[in-house]
Amino acid sequence: MNNTWESVIGLEVHVQLSTESKIFSNAPTKFGQTQNSQASLVDLGLPGVLPVLNEKTIEMAIKFGCAINANISSKAIFARKNYFYPDLPKGYQISQLDDPIVGEGKISIEVDNEEKFIGITRAHLEEDAGKSLHDRYENLSAIDLNRAGTPLLEIVSEPDLRSAKEAVAYLKKIHSIITFLEISDGNMSQGSMRCDANVSIRKYGEKEFGNRTELKNINSFRFVEKAINYEIDRQIEIVENGGSIDQETRLYDANKNETRSMRSKEHANDYRYFPDPDLVPVIISKEKIQEIQKTLPELPEQKISRFIKDYKISEYESKNLNVSKELSSFFEKVAKKISSPELAAKWILGDLMAILNKNNSEIQDSKISSEDMIDLLSRLEEGSISGPGAKKIIDLCWLSNESIDVLIKKEGFDEVKGEDELLEIITRIIRDNSKQFEQYLNGKDKLFGFFVGQVMKETKGNADPKLVNELLNKKLKQ
Amino acid sequence: MEDLSKLSLIDQINGLKSRKFSSLELTEFYLKKIDQAKALNSFISLNENALKEAKKSDEKISKNKNSSLEGIPIAHKDIFCIKDQITTCGSKMLENFVSPYSSTVYEKLSNSGTVNLGKTNMDEFAMGSSNETSFFGNVLNPIDPERVPGGSSGGSASAVAANLCSFATGTDTGGSIRQPAAFCGITGIKPTYGRVSRWGMIAFASSLDQGGIFAKNALDAALALENIAGFDEKDSTSINKKVPSFLNEAKSKDKEHIVGIPKDIIEDIKDDKVKNNFYESLEILKKSGVKVKEIDLKNIQYSLPVYYVIAPAECSANLSRYDGVRFGHRCENPKDLEDLYERSRAEGFGEEVKKRILIGTYCLSAGYYEAYYIKAQKIRNLIKQSFVNAFKEVSSIMMPTCANVSFKLNSIQNPVEMYEQDIYTIPANLAGLPAISIPSGKIKNLPLGIQFIGNYLEEGNLFNLSNKFQQNSNFHNE
Repeated sequence: MNNTWESVIGLEVHVQLSTESKIFSNAPTKFGQTQNSQASLVDLGLPGVLPVLNEKTIEMAIKFGCAINANISSKAIFARKNYFYPDLPKGYQISQLDDPIVGEGKISIEVDNEEKFIGITRAHLEEDAGKSLHDRYENLSAIDLNRAGTPLLEIVSEPDLRSAKEAVAYLKKIHSIITFLEISDGNMSQGSMRCDANVSIRKYGEKEFGNRTELKNINSFRFVEKAINYEIDRQIEIVENGGSIDQETRLYDANKNETRSMRSKEHANDYRYFPDPDLVPVIISKEKIQEIQKTLPELPEQKISRFIKDYKISEYESKNLNVSKELSSFFEKVAKKISSPELAAKWILGDLMAILNKNNSEIQDSKISSEDMIDLLSRLEEGSISGPGAKKIIDLCWLSNESIDVLIKKEGFDEVKGEDELLEIITRIIRDNSKQFEQYLNGKDKLFGFFVGQVMKETKGNADPKLVNELLNKKLKQ
Repeated sequence: MEDLSKLSLIDQINGLKSRKFSSLELTEFYLKKIDQAKALNSFISLNENALKEAKKSDEKISKNKNSSLEGIPIAHKDIFCIKDQITTCGSKMLENFVSPYSSTVYEKLSNSGTVNLGKTNMDEFAMGSSNETSFFGNVLNPIDPERVPGGSSGGSASAVAANLCSFATGTDTGGSIRQPAAFCGITGIKPTYGRVSRWGMIAFASSLDQGGIFAKNALDAALALENIAGFDEKDSTSINKKVPSFLNEAKSKDKEHIVGIPKDIIEDIKDDKVKNNFYESLEILKKSGVKVKEIDLKNIQYSLPVYYVIAPAECSANLSRYDGVRFGHRCENPKDLEDLYERSRAEGFGEEVKKRILIGTYCLSAGYYEAYYIKAQKIRNLIKQSFVNAFKEVSSIMMPTCANVSFKLNSIQNPVEMYEQDIYTIPANLAGLPAISIPSGKIKNLPLGIQFIGNYLEEGNLFNLSNKFQQNSNFHNE
């Protein structure tokens, strides 16, 4: 941590909206299809084709605007942003400049238990470009236009963020809002959510902003933090050595963890924006906004409070369960089916998360379904499986396709000993270890643990530890 | 056998219906004439399937399953895409471009039963007023082969004037239908902006481009236009209003006309012969019972400069897609991406197109956008308002179509002098109003045209007025 320099960060987040078809054509938007199989005449930018707006994108943008309490423009205008690139078929991108659909708003983030509000400058709709593939053929570049025309919502923040950590918290918040609204799958690894960061530094107390650099190509939460931190350090080093920061665009290289200059301000494009004459202004009535407002799903904040109230879980647990819509609904499905929702919170945030993290997976790809979790926790609640047994079963469940009940049986975890059986075992153990029993009676209390161990060994762990303690206590003191 | 090619469209339809002649005979007749008139260079390509299409139409007629224009041989400006046929737009850039889809205008006329004879010559990307910018060579004016047919739809105009097709399609961005119609002594209509779908019509300046018709007289034009007009969901600027029978409206006896005379403009006509012709034409109208009123069209004198900012600005973006990447001309052995762009475009575009792309790029550039583009849009709105005000008092406005008759090939070298060709036609494009040019006499043997501009969606009114004029004159048959 540097005590002299304050970092100032603003993020531009591109969110792919999860519409069935593209923003200006009827081609599908599915990810991972054969190259150029999802590019229509319009996406190819053929002579004579015309864009027609997909109205769904307007609704989704309004949803986002409502969720962050932003001003929704009564008139949205699309503009052409002109630049040449092989994966930009028309030689211009249809975007918005003046009259973006979503105006100023704000969202709250929490870092180190402190809440902070981050201003949103605007959010506008635009079309995505295609992809250039440079490593496919020797000395040739290939173009895949499947992505061309995919709807994007570009969310621009004010330069209100002061650390990479805050930037990550902001990004996670955006992620949870868009996934709760179901306007995007938010999948960063597939490029559904991408981020550019504007970074500058200044001395604490200074009002003026320093020259900023724009970092491009950051595509995971982890890289956002790394890229920004690298860039802050780079800038501090330059300034402390008497240099100055060039206003430029820099590319983040995740493999080397460094940023590289892409183009300087002098070489910045003049995009020559002007209103697209092929599209008419979109008029948005107050009624339409109110209608959409009414259909808004429950948002993270609302869900956090409801979970605390309805399921009696802690604020900490509720917040962590509500980082994504998928996790939140996974929890809710389980919590509703078992008698102790706290148990569901504990197991999902504990063991399940650990397994997911270990396997680099998200909850939506979890091999342990909510049904599995319900079965597992139900058995635990019934007492037909012990805690340690359940821990083993959940690990096995990840690796196998068998149901929880089959796994329990297979592994022999279903033979949990009842009170009578346990008493029999305890009596036998005391008899077989008369020496230790005598020592215990003579005040060597530590040996209690020894007896617990013997019982667990004998039952192969299929015993409720609480019950074992209770019974041992009774028996040893008789 | 009588010269079938000289029959009006309506007489041809009746002749086909009453089996006086077949579509095959009519089509063969035209193909022979086209072959004889090769020197005019009206066509860029001929349709190999024309006779097949004619036979199909004859079959339909024999089964009384004929559509409204069944068996009528027509020609299309080579700006309308036709599936599996080469569409060049008069440019080397698209010399070998085979369109994978058809324009709405072509589809509609094809569904109406027309036989496509071929694609007509035009100024490159519709930029020109003399057809001298076509990559496929000049088109000659059939009235005087030393002179130009006008442009940009010069091929369509000369083809109709030389009876090489029954009627032809065209496009009009600043006068590209009306000026060549006047030069060739035929009737040409540019409908209300949005009346005819622009889908598949290669864009020059999107907010000004509008498809229309060249025909022998107003009634033919009315019938042809009602077959291409109508809402198209593939064009966002298309107007969703029912299309009336223009032919019925043209023939209606109930229409009252008050024709507005923009006094200042008429007084400023430099050529006395043109001015005299205007007043003579007015007398013909007065005799048929049409009322006349002087009007004032404010700011209309700025039309030309406004047009030469907006049209190039839009074209600079519209023509960016011709980059040598996906279709169209690609230079040989490009060194790198930059080289591919530079040489493909330098080789593929002609001088006039390059000039306009440069003007447009300049007008949209940072620092000039406000001074040129924004200012031009403001004046455009004022011009529109002048028309709206005028139409509170009159039902149509009369002006000459051109300030002069057709000129000799290569006689205009100064670009501004060429641009001034469109001085009377551009205002209707800027305001999006329908306008028609009909023959109104001759200077020596060269035709002159007068122009009627109508209120929005009042094409029927223009046809009615033009028909009145043509009932009381014979210029259209000379």
